[in-house]
Amino acid sequence: MATAGENLDTRVHYLNANYGIKSWLLTTDHKRIAILYMASITFFFLVGGIAAVLIRIHLIEPNGAIFEPATYNKLFSMHGIIMVFFFLIPSIPAVLGNFLVPMMVGARDLAFPKLNLLSWYIFMTGGLLTLYSVVWGGVDTGWTFYTPLSTTYVNTNVLSAAFGVFIAGFSSILTGLNFVVTIHKMRAPGMTWFRMPLFLWSIYATSIIFILGTPVLAITLVLVALERIFHVGIFDPAVGGDPILFQHLFWFYSHPAVYIMVLPAMGVVSELIPCFARKRIFGYSFVAFSSVAIAVVSFLVWGHHMFLSGQSVYAGIIFSALSFAVAIPSAIKVFNWTATLYKGSISFQAPMLYALGFIGLFTMGGLTGLFLATLAVDTHVHDTYFVVAHFHYIMVGGAVMGYLGGIHFWWPKITGRLYPDGWARLAAAIIFIGFNLTFFPQYMVGYLGMPRRYAIYPPKFQVLNVMSSAGASILAVGYAIPLVYLIWSMRYGPVAGPNPWGAKGLEWETPSPPPTENFEEIPVVTEEAYAYGAKEV
Amino acid sequence: MADSHAASPLAHQFEDLEQQQEAASLGMWVFLATEVMFFGGLFAGYTIYRNLYPPGFEAGSHMLNVTIGAINTAVLICSSLTMALAVRAAQMGKRNALVTFLILTTALGLAFVLIKLTLEWRHDYLEGLAPGLNFTFAGPDAKSLELFFCFYFIMTGVHALHMMVGVGVLSVLLVQAWKGHFGPNHFNAVETAGLYWHFVDIVWIFLFPLLYLIGGRY
Amino acid sequence: MQDHLVPKSLYFLIFGSLMALTALTTGMAYVDMGQWNTIVALIIAGCKATLVALFFMHLRWSPRLMRVVLLSALLWLAILISLTTTDFFSRDWTPIPEGWEESSLVRPPIPPGNLISQVLKPSLHRYLSALGVPPRASSS
Repeated sequence: MATAGENLDTRVHYLNANYGIKSWLLTTDHKRIAILYMASITFFFLVGGIAAVLIRIHLIEPNGAIFEPATYNKLFSMHGIIMVFFFLIPSIPAVLGNFLVPMMVGARDLAFPKLNLLSWYIFMTGGLLTLYSVVWGGVDTGWTFYTPLSTTYVNTNVLSAAFGVFIAGFSSILTGLNFVVTIHKMRAPGMTWFRMPLFLWSIYATSIIFILGTPVLAITLVLVALERIFHVGIFDPAVGGDPILFQHLFWFYSHPAVYIMVLPAMGVVSELIPCFARKRIFGYSFVAFSSVAIAVVSFLVWGHHMFLSGQSVYAGIIFSALSFAVAIPSAIKVFNWTATLYKGSISFQAPMLYALGFIGLFTMGGLTGLFLATLAVDTHVHDTYFVVAHFHYIMVGGAVMGYLGGIHFWWPKITGRLYPDGWARLAAAIIFIGFNLTFFPQYMVGYLGMPRRYAIYPPKFQVLNVMSSAGASILAVGYAIPLVYLIWSMRYGPVAGPNPWGAKGLEWETPSPPPTENFEEIPVVTEEAYAYGAKEV
Repeated sequence: MADSHAASPLAHQFEDLEQQQEAASLGMWVFLATEVMFFGGLFAGYTIYRNLYPPGFEAGSHMLNVTIGAINTAVLICSSLTMALAVRAAQMGKRNALVTFLILTTALGLAFVLIKLTLEWRHDYLEGLAPGLNFTFAGPDAKSLELFFCFYFIMTGVHALHMMVGVGVLSVLLVQAWKGHFGPNHFNAVETAGLYWHFVDIVWIFLFPLLYLIGGRY
Repeated sequence: MQDHLVPKSLYFLIFGSLMALTALTTGMAYVDMGQWNTIVALIIAGCKATLVALFFMHLRWSPRLMRVVLLSALLWLAILISLTTTDFFSRDWTPIPEGWEESSLVRPPIPPGNLISQVLKPSLHRYLSALGVPPRASSS
């Protein structure tokens, strides 16, 4: 589909418009900022991934193969903190969101481009501070920083890690703010709310969570820091404080945070399925409203992380019922995607493989979430590997696959190059197999009672643990392969035209890579989203 | 008449000045929503503990000076008035009025922080009421009184920090206004700073009764 | 919003009202109204905040979206406070089993050491045996 004779070097686009490190580090172009984020989060993913590899190697032996328990505590804390705050939360919004939101609404940039660049610098500052904290000295409280352990009883780098996360939170807040204002005020003429691509609805819903949830985490970390520094007793039972208050404030953000991780991935899937089934999405408004419903209801369920903390059972009942409710809009989306596939003209390029993988694995993860939302079952599986498996199915099987699917889908637009689809499909398959081999045994071993965050375990669980570690090694190979061919493609891949997938959307109507100002003229939108299957393409 | 800035005020990503102005306002309101939740975490914690330990919290509240608190409230309300008048002056292109009102607002904000630091916090510290530093109160309900003072210092401290940020922003705007940077078509920055300033005032409007007037003073 | 010029007199009127309400709330604190003191104080504070928001912050003349933003933030704060409160205030509804020392929320200090082994695990075991679930043989 590449235009014959198109020479990427002669046409001016956002990648070659300016050269030099200053033009990248001082850019306000949302597309360049997206690439800055892409590089950063890939780096953090590698760091968090190394921690995961070490954990899985350690857990081959029941008595722990390599590390002392104190070190193991630091490893899983590092894995959680880095992966959650510095990979998953920014991944799709900061990379694909930054790149695509202005293009999808038909604007030249986000509402506040300089604020966008500031967001990246804030992110890097927080990230590097946290990286220092978890690597030099380490943090051993888990990514959840529960009190009074984190405030009173450990002498690890809790303060600097919490401060790093606090700083990075402002990056999220500013990004969310930018997206909300852009989507409200900068849509092209004719782009009504219900003509927007569903990716934008998901980003909008995610931004609501950024805006309303992250500040609560920020103030909670401030309180933890003050308690550590001044030994004041806000969460200290000795003075009348209540550790559970910390948990309420922490999870008020951190539960919606998991929807920050999954909603954008759902948005990506909503773009991929219609394109690769050549069919308009089934139930557009249901999917759109479900995105917002997920964002809203996600704020009502945080107590399901606290069923066994000492929280009142009556509050537990309320949170349990609401947790069942939050599954409904997610399920609606899955049904709509499936209905879109029905009688579609399906092709299985790499992005589609990731989208289909998402649907299956997210469904499994989501259903096990219902197990956990049930008070009686949670009593048995809380703090076991069942929970670990549940959230990895959603975060890795769901969010990461959504991220990879999106990267593979929009790669030609971002770089102007195509990657070898054969290798991409192979990698997707290896990731799928490796993922299931890693995490399905964890459901089993968790249900059988193996606790999480323990450096040792009873020997009867060894077979399943070894299976899980073996799967992790396969998963690692699966993640390494795209790094190779994607980087290779930037130099040697065939030139992509404006729309190699034949997809619908304003971003596909620009050249690949797009010019700095996105559009020669601001487009006027006249058709509905996903107008696939129209007589004239 | 006072517009002396060289570049066009319209940023490249916007189609017209109206869109730019609306985006700036919406952006500031969304930011204020995040601030509501930031302070909200403190209000939530305060509400919980206030209802768990009424005697200690009332005792703590009674140790605060209502007169100073009320004066500070009045200072902030005055500063909100001058801020609103500053925005109005910018809207009308009146450079001198704008500068004057910005100076007054900044001064009142600084006065608030100074009163708080020198008359209230210093006094509380000298009385041995600073948790973590020198808390030595040893009457009944000492523990929950300490908890009250934790929240008192943290909430007023975070508020004062926001006040100082506001003072900083207004100082920058002051210099720009004096140079004639703002005009009837170009005063977004003043308006959005005004929104921030009024918000910080609103937070204090709630902090004053919650901290100083709990349970009444009869 | 750009085109609406608010008359100075309105600003001064609002200013006067705010000062009056401040005097009122300070004065009311010295009147014994029992439970109502706090409620009255909060209502007056709400009125003051509304005046500042509507007139000084120009919400009266702003697009509806801004009002939605502010009200959403307040609603979310209400969610945070109310759901957290349901936990704290329904804790007393569950009868405390025999063997617990006291039910006061000012608990004795937790001795330093392994928080998990000394506090969390015994709690979990107690809870489970109350439900009739035998303790796991293989606990580390």
